[in-house]
Amino acid sequence: MAHDHGHNAPPSDTAMRAKALETLLTEKGLLDPAAIDALVETYETRVGPRNGARVVARAWTDSDYKARLLEDGTGAIAELGFSGVQGEDMVVVENTDDVHNLVTCTLCSCYPWPTLGLPPIWFKSAPYRARSVIDPRGVLREFGVELSEDVEVRVWDSNAELRYLVLPQRPAGTEGMSEDELAGLVTRDSMIGTGLAQAPAG
Amino acid sequence: MNGIHDMGGMQCMGPIVREENEPRFHEEWEGRVFGMFFTNFAEGHFNVDMFRHAIERMGPAEYLETSYYEHWLHVYETVLVERGILTQAEIDEKIASLRQAGD
Repeated sequence: MAHDHGHNAPPSDTAMRAKALETLLTEKGLLDPAAIDALVETYETRVGPRNGARVVARAWTDSDYKARLLEDGTGAIAELGFSGVQGEDMVVVENTDDVHNLVTCTLCSCYPWPTLGLPPIWFKSAPYRARSVIDPRGVLREFGVELSEDVEVRVWDSNAELRYLVLPQRPAGTEGMSEDELAGLVTRDSMIGTGLAQAPAG
Repeated sequence: MNGIHDMGGMQCMGPIVREENEPRFHEEWEGRVFGMFFTNFAEGHFNVDMFRHAIERMGPAEYLETSYYEHWLHVYETVLVERGILTQAEIDEKIASLRQAGD
């Protein structure tokens, strides 16, 4: 791994190359380092899977919203304030007793940033990209998702124009829970399809 | 375009490695490279298709041996030079001077 050296190690060649580009573009007036600071902070702290969890919890509690979400993912997600780069064209696919959906991007790393944030490394890795489409049930087992053979697995390969969000099944025993409480059960992986929503505690 | 990036269905890529509580960026430079996507895009230096095409033109060995954000860095170095916004000599000189300053 490239990131196992200590904090006192000299900057890597890659870090130097990145610094050189940023410095040159800044000197030419083509880049404002403060803009980079703000972007890093935004994606480290404000954009992440809690956004997608709000969408799922709303769909679980409001059937009209759910209908809109499955009909026009981009528009329904924007109703909750989540839109923008890498979420311009969203398709939401619903898990049911009969169908389990799994999202991948075999070509690279397309992922719905406004609802899930930036993808984890495994999503961008060669093994996941390669295997998700040829052995999805094996991948799901590795992630701890055991599906009965009669459940159809649908794999969605994202691309630069279209990104997918899985609407996981609402767990049993959650009747009467508030939307906020329900959102707490929605994991990132359940919205990629490599996991299920968590069962309520107790 | 067919190439090493087109990985769907390939076998023998090894296990899927997951990291608990993965940080958004593992190194500071990764965050800087991520941010430069937006600033370069906003300046009109490339669009998403050009960005992807520059990754897909990488040599297969280099593609497999370099990390995700190194691919992005490769895009900037490739496209900014191709479009005449920077020269390779400028980039090389800046790296050399930064390295000297760091010694």
